[in-house]
Amino acid sequence: MADQHLDREPTDDLDAPVADIEVGLAEPGTVAAAAVTPVPVQVELSRSKRIGVFGWCAIGWLTLVALMALVPGIFPGPGLLERSREAIVAGNFGPQSGHWLGIDNSGYDLMTKTIHGTRASMIVAVSGVGFALIVGGFLGLVAGYFRGKLDTVLTGMFNVMLAFPTLVLALTLVTIFASQPGTSYGRRVMVVSAAIGIVSIPILGRITRANTLVWSEREFVLAAKLLGTKTPRILWRDVLPNVLPAMLQITLLGIGIAIVAEGGLSLLGVGVPASIDSPSWGNLIATLRSQLFLGRPWGVFAPSLAIFLTVLSLNYLGDVIRARFDVRESVL
Amino acid sequence: MTREHEIQVEDAYEGPVVQVTDLETGFKTPRGLVRAVDGVSFKLDRGKTLGIVGESGCGKSVLSRSVMGLLPSTNVVRNGSVKFQGRELVGLSGKAMRKYWGTEMSMVFQDPMTSLNPVKRIGEQITEGLRFHLGQSKDDARATALALLKSVRIPEAERRLREYPHQLSGGMRQRVVIATALACGPRLLIADEPTTALDVTVQDQILDLLQAQQNERFMAMMLITHDLGVVAGRTDEIAVMYAGQIVEKAPTSVLFAKMKMPYTEALMQSIPKLDLPSHTRLQAISGRPPDLVNPPSGCRFAARCLYAQDRCLDEQPPLMEGDTPGHLYRCWYPVGTPAGEEALNMNLRKNRTAAGLKAATAAEGVGAIPG
Repeated sequence: MADQHLDREPTDDLDAPVADIEVGLAEPGTVAAAAVTPVPVQVELSRSKRIGVFGWCAIGWLTLVALMALVPGIFPGPGLLERSREAIVAGNFGPQSGHWLGIDNSGYDLMTKTIHGTRASMIVAVSGVGFALIVGGFLGLVAGYFRGKLDTVLTGMFNVMLAFPTLVLALTLVTIFASQPGTSYGRRVMVVSAAIGIVSIPILGRITRANTLVWSEREFVLAAKLLGTKTPRILWRDVLPNVLPAMLQITLLGIGIAIVAEGGLSLLGVGVPASIDSPSWGNLIATLRSQLFLGRPWGVFAPSLAIFLTVLSLNYLGDVIRARFDVRESVL
Repeated sequence: MTREHEIQVEDAYEGPVVQVTDLETGFKTPRGLVRAVDGVSFKLDRGKTLGIVGESGCGKSVLSRSVMGLLPSTNVVRNGSVKFQGRELVGLSGKAMRKYWGTEMSMVFQDPMTSLNPVKRIGEQITEGLRFHLGQSKDDARATALALLKSVRIPEAERRLREYPHQLSGGMRQRVVIATALACGPRLLIADEPTTALDVTVQDQILDLLQAQQNERFMAMMLITHDLGVVAGRTDEIAVMYAGQIVEKAPTSVLFAKMKMPYTEALMQSIPKLDLPSHTRLQAISGRPPDLVNPPSGCRFAARCLYAQDRCLDEQPPLMEGDTPGHLYRCWYPVGTPAGEEALNMNLRKNRTAAGLKAATAAEGVGAIPG
């Protein structure tokens, strides 16, 4: 530390210590103490920390996604079960007035389908990664804080889970738990979420563990222990809040990956089951992919665009949020 | 309540606050046991300050953590005795120690950047201990915290309570750390290099503050530092540590007046002096501390010592008492004695100590390589 002080630029050195001397010399309670008001720390957010145009675009798109998931009915356009016979008869499947993103083979509006598909995709991704956040976060926190044998066991477990091919694991789970004839839609969605959740656990677990290792070494953890704080409270109040930004960033990234994974599972036929009234982005791509060979590439365009924008927004926002809320040392 | 009763009983206790006897602390590593603290003994009375001085890695911080019982339970060997208010602490579990931490013994850490939680408000960090240990209500704890912040001379204490650590300067942060450590009125305060991370201008203020608080509260204090200048005017007694052992211990005035241990002398000489002409070479202590896994069989400082003779390499000097009562040192050829003078002169003449150090060159401060 001492070296750092010596090495500092002279301009750096002028501000901080001077303020300190003034404050230190002033007797408390005297006029001097009142007069020497320390200048409040004014932190101009650096360029990298501002949300920025792209950030606001990302927020805007994600808000739209949330609306599409929660209240798909408010968006203009034909209903989910409305078919456009005229367009089929005219052989016009591409983007056209009334169907901005085209129609599928049966004349259903692709934009409407994509909007209605948001809910299933988001349910699977958010609940899967949310589950992983809770389980992986807890295991990572415990492993990183207590270390020792527990850490060895949990890290080993994470490694095994990471080494296992993700799609095979998901396929297995869906095959075992949700592929019998008569499996309800809800159960299938749950199993798909669980599959995505389970494969996300090691990712969140490892990030949490790595950060916990760093933060639980800090002396304020020792200081809290010295104050008699009990371990669960130290984990919850002292370690977790410091680890949280990293966890949240990975969670956002994970939701993005999960949305893509849902698409992958659908292509393999084990995603959210496709039917006319229960689209998901993944199963739309899976069912519309045949249109690619009919010279109508716009079929997969709508759901792909939705996935693309959402994943991009989540990743970008994850970065912004981490940089912005990581006030811990960056402003020092 | 039982707690009050307990404190009353302890107030009647007249002996030293801390009595450490033959404390050994080691870490199990793949290379073997690292003996970070090797047979350290001292005692500390109420209202007294013990300075512990030594270079990096000599076991100062491990000693302080070992006294507090703050070391991890795995891979750590801790033998000997630490008596706090007459009660043995070695062997107590972390749970049993929790009763002492905060209320009975407390610690100020080196770096206020890492010893405050960046995501908790100052107020919350101070009141936590108050609420847990003293069972104060939220409002009472807040009032106490406010008084504490004022007592460590933080201006605008009211506003500071709501601020986060990054909004304070280094010196202010260390004041907060001190306030937190003092919150529950400990009997023993261990300050582990409390000023190392601070600007020079602030160091003095923090040390003054610690001293004032100690006098006011009549606490026992251990001031750990690598800087003899820091402890000079502020301690009653100084223990100089080297390679896990106390190599010299004396009342502060005695130590500075007639130091016996060549290591202490070398430490003193390594402090740059203001009255020396500029560009004077610093008197560094050449070489490195010994390996604590396999410490040398003789004196641990022999390899770097200008006084070293053959005896120093073979036989480890015990902690001997000097002319002044309470002045202990580990040396066969103490500084300022005829034997010591002769040993030094002989080494300088030969330009070689028994350990092979180029004595004359090293004495000039041109870091010589042993061998």
